[in-house]
Amino acid sequence: MAERDSRLLVADDNKVNRLLLARSLELQGHRVSSAENGKVALEMLRREPFDLLLLDVEMPELDGFQVLEQLASDKRLRDLPVLVTSSLEGVANIARCIELGADDYLHKPVNPVLLKARIDSSLEKKRLRDQQKELIRRFATSEVAEDMAQSGFALGGRRVVASVMFCDIRGFTALVEAQPPEETIELLNTWYTLMFDAISGAGGVVNQMIGDGLMAVFGAPLPLPDAPLGAVRAACEMIEMIELLNFERAAQRKTPLAVGIGIATGEMIAGYTGTQARATYTCIGDAVNLAARLEQHTKAAARAILIDGDTAASLGGSIALEAIGEVQLKGKAAPVAVHAVKAGQIFDA
Amino acid sequence: MNIDRNAFAELQSTAGTEFVAELVDTFVEDAPRMLAELRDAQAAGAADRFRRAAHSLKSNASTFGASRLAALARELELGGIPADALPIGALQSEFERAAAALKDLARG
Repeated sequence: MAERDSRLLVADDNKVNRLLLARSLELQGHRVSSAENGKVALEMLRREPFDLLLLDVEMPELDGFQVLEQLASDKRLRDLPVLVTSSLEGVANIARCIELGADDYLHKPVNPVLLKARIDSSLEKKRLRDQQKELIRRFATSEVAEDMAQSGFALGGRRVVASVMFCDIRGFTALVEAQPPEETIELLNTWYTLMFDAISGAGGVVNQMIGDGLMAVFGAPLPLPDAPLGAVRAACEMIEMIELLNFERAAQRKTPLAVGIGIATGEMIAGYTGTQARATYTCIGDAVNLAARLEQHTKAAARAILIDGDTAASLGGSIALEAIGEVQLKGKAAPVAVHAVKAGQIFDA
Repeated sequence: MNIDRNAFAELQSTAGTEFVAELVDTFVEDAPRMLAELRDAQAAGAADRFRRAAHSLKSNASTFGASRLAALARELELGGIPADALPIGALQSEFERAAAALKDLARG
């Protein structure tokens, strides 16, 4: 069922037509606005959200055909359902409207029963389309979905400055061996839920889940002000969440969970890699490798959160840090400055 | 009577009697502008404007069931600019008849 109370826009230059159509739609329970020509209609559509457009063809300023063309080339409006209402004669005009993307064509004077059926069907289709978008959002994170909706899907990357986080469960293998698989799955789901909440709450995007670990990006695909601070805040929140989880696990006589988190900031290439059929959003660059190495180093450093010098410098003293000094990390030619975040020092506990 | 009473009654039942009375007033106020536009377009030889004005009149006339007015407007819409003033004159007279009849019907 298409829900009532949808927002509809009627575009018609003829006052009688406009009033009558608006009236019929209001009687069907919809909220209706009117525009007296195509230009005004487009302005309104770009300013406010509408669920459906009823479009006349013969109009001054911009006619119905031109409105359809502009809608098709507007990324935010190309999915808007459009019903053309006109008393234009000739199949060619109807065909042209449909080709230009109109859902349907209703001949004026519009039969109210037919109008209701067409509107309900178009709104239902829109609802399904919105649902589909929601699904994509769920599986691809809202930022990636938005980026995809705005710029379309294309393999390849662009240069961004962002903060990357790697997080891993320590001693996971031992944990898996000590408990039934069902319990491991449950633990992983709980862990992922907590980590996702902390990361997205701070503006980050989890773009990879690797068994007992994850990679998150702050500042891509969409820019994020204070990305390094967001990443460090998320890390602190994650450690707090793990503490709470461990409290529960202790009550159930289960072994506590320990995690290591590495964060690095810098320029990287972000984009979709894979094939046209299956691709993933990822980031590639020195900072990404560095974040992964820092996460691995948390064990040797006996610290829960390690960050690189660029991330530390961007925090502006807002977070208590402990300088670990220059560390020679695996895969790095020169030693790098490493800092530990003081709030997250449960690693030893 | 040049009005399809069934069509008019159906309009009243779907849109509401009071609303239709207001809509008739709107039409009676608005239509002289379209008739003037027809004359202007004829004088200027502007075929597109002429067709559009005839189209609007036709569309409104059929909304109210003013069948003869709609038929005359349709002839102008499809036939293009006429050679003399007669067809628009006939349309004007038919509009006046239809307007009076519609007002009567709308008041019940």
